[in-house]
Amino acid sequence: MPLAVDARGIWKRYPGSWALREVSLQVDPGEGVCLVGPNGSGKTTLLKILATAANPTRGDAVIFGASIRTQADAVRRRVGLCVPQSYLYGELTGLENLRFAAVMYGLPLTESGLREKLGALGLARAADARARTYSQGMLQRLALARAMLHEADLVLLDEPYTALDPAGQALIDDVLRTLRAAGRTVIMATHQVERALVHCDRALALDGGRVVYDGPAQGLPLAVASSPAVDGG
Amino acid sequence: MAQRLGIDRLGWLAGMLAIPALVFGLYLAVVWAPTDAMMGTVQRIMYVHFPSWIATAIAYLTAFVCSLSYLVRRRPTMDYLAHAGVEVGVVFNTTGLITGSIWGRPTWGVWWTWDPRLTTTALMLVVFLGYLAVRAFLEEPDARARISSLVAVVGFLNLPIVYYSVRWWRTLHQPQSSPSTVDPEIVVALRVMMIAFALIAAYLISRRYALAQLEGDRERMELQPEVQGG
Amino acid sequence: MTRSDLRRAWAVAWKDLLTERRAKAAFNAMTFFAGLTLFTFGFAIGPDSPGGGEGRLLEQLAPGLLWIAILFAGVLAVDRSFQLEAERGGLEALRLYPGDRKAIYFGKLLANLVVMVALEVVLLPIAAVLYSLDLWPGLPALAAVVGLATLGFAAMGTFYAALTVHLRARQVLLPLLLFPMLIPVVIAAVKASTLALHGDPMHEFGSWMRLLGAADLLFLTVCARAFEFVLED
Repeated sequence: MPLAVDARGIWKRYPGSWALREVSLQVDPGEGVCLVGPNGSGKTTLLKILATAANPTRGDAVIFGASIRTQADAVRRRVGLCVPQSYLYGELTGLENLRFAAVMYGLPLTESGLREKLGALGLARAADARARTYSQGMLQRLALARAMLHEADLVLLDEPYTALDPAGQALIDDVLRTLRAAGRTVIMATHQVERALVHCDRALALDGGRVVYDGPAQGLPLAVASSPAVDGG
Repeated sequence: MAQRLGIDRLGWLAGMLAIPALVFGLYLAVVWAPTDAMMGTVQRIMYVHFPSWIATAIAYLTAFVCSLSYLVRRRPTMDYLAHAGVEVGVVFNTTGLITGSIWGRPTWGVWWTWDPRLTTTALMLVVFLGYLAVRAFLEEPDARARISSLVAVVGFLNLPIVYYSVRWWRTLHQPQSSPSTVDPEIVVALRVMMIAFALIAAYLISRRYALAQLEGDRERMELQPEVQGG
Repeated sequence: MTRSDLRRAWAVAWKDLLTERRAKAAFNAMTFFAGLTLFTFGFAIGPDSPGGGEGRLLEQLAPGLLWIAILFAGVLAVDRSFQLEAERGGLEALRLYPGDRKAIYFGKLLANLVVMVALEVVLLPIAAVLYSLDLWPGLPALAAVVGLATLGFAAMGTFYAALTVHLRARQVLLPLLLFPMLIPVVIAAVKASTLALHGDPMHEFGSWMRLLGAADLLFLTVCARAFEFVLED
């Protein structure tokens, strides 16, 4: 059975700095990984690279047997990426945003199917309102709906609890539980470590673009609290 | 590495051959070839004007092929060579236009005519100046190489249609002037000068490429992360 | 390109046009700018110029002036079509979706084409009024010219707008790169328009239309093929 994620030696350079330095990561199908680290440590960059939204400067990653460099199309069909409030179009309604994503993913979804998906995230009533009228929390939920539309086997979440009130955060927890129960692989970047650890078996900590901890979720708090370069597990 | 040495050696060889070729060519052009009956001494500027186009063509063709190669293979050396080709091409493109203008003034009384070939080459200059402008605004080496390669490839591929459209535009009302039968000595002098310019172009491209390689290597080294243990 | 790729292209075009219609501001501003350009030409050249009779020079120059105005407004149009993507991370989102990249190109192209034709439909009557043109006799021929020329413009414009979307001096670089490439289209469009409006004694119209057609074919082939390289990160 191929690994869900087999990333080796990923480096990413942006003008002026290196966002990722020799990041390697192996994730089994069905695992839940919590990605932590200070702002600017490269969490978002790593998720974008795994989703083929960005290209690595060096290195490669193989997602369910498909390389992000040479078989990007196959990767895209099996990966869903949710970045806070992004990838949405303000002038389109929630429903139209989802419909667009559905066509782009090549999914044969009906209007009622789409409304159901919106309902699952508490957006049923706002489905026909333009996205630019949504609150931050609603945008975040819409972004999540978009990312999960094609029932990806690997779900990448960047700060999923952003801008959500406790009810919204509970909703995210429900979604995560459902994903884990269905055997999906989840990698979640977050600052809300305690909340996220409930859903994760493993934790990966980044600092300055480097992996400073890669091991069981329980071992994390100690490692992050102490000096940078600690290998756990 | 081997590639670099190959281009270097060929470049030096071209440079070595260029000197006698140029000296010989200039002698033929200025002293030996007969003065044109109609145009007088001014006609001798053709010995620089036409060869400039050969040099321009060689340079831009190099840029096109190397840009295409970069898009497919992503080897930085191809990007350096393309960049060198464009810069050298722009220089010869400009000398071609200036000499053309200088020749045109006493001949037709104007500094610029909308002659199809002159116009097309002026447009070529703009296209490749655009290439250089785009490079100036991109700091990330990979993005810079990719985007400027696209500019070079698409720009180059459009040149034939640009030329034909300008030609139709101008010649439906006035027939294009074709060169009348030329003295064989003039042809000889012209050919030698063309060879000399081609060699000079090859030499300059190889030198510019070597410089680009040094600059590129240094840039990539500066962008290297510091290597730390652990 | 498969059938789902065609649907993707259509979805991209539909999204752009829907957004444009709902936001409205851009189209109105663009059309106003183009109309104002035509009006300003009137002052710059003047109805009292030599050439016999009031406004004769303007009338003869009209096709050229019209196409310049369309060119300038067109640059705004194609530029905007990618700017509104770039704002909410949209361009990155387009990378996320699977499928042939050409589909995205054709979708954007179609949207730009529609916007420009809408612009021209407003502009032609304005030019007819300002420059005393009689559009009716040559209208079918004129429509054909406008169609083919706009297609060529949109093909190149969409490509270069995407290419320059992240560049700093974008607003200068886009026209700088685009205009030389469009010279064949401008030449042919102006010539053919003049023949359509003022008569074609030597039956040259067909030659110019063939040139436009050849240019369009070349542009579409090259730009569609090269588009996937433009969309990389």
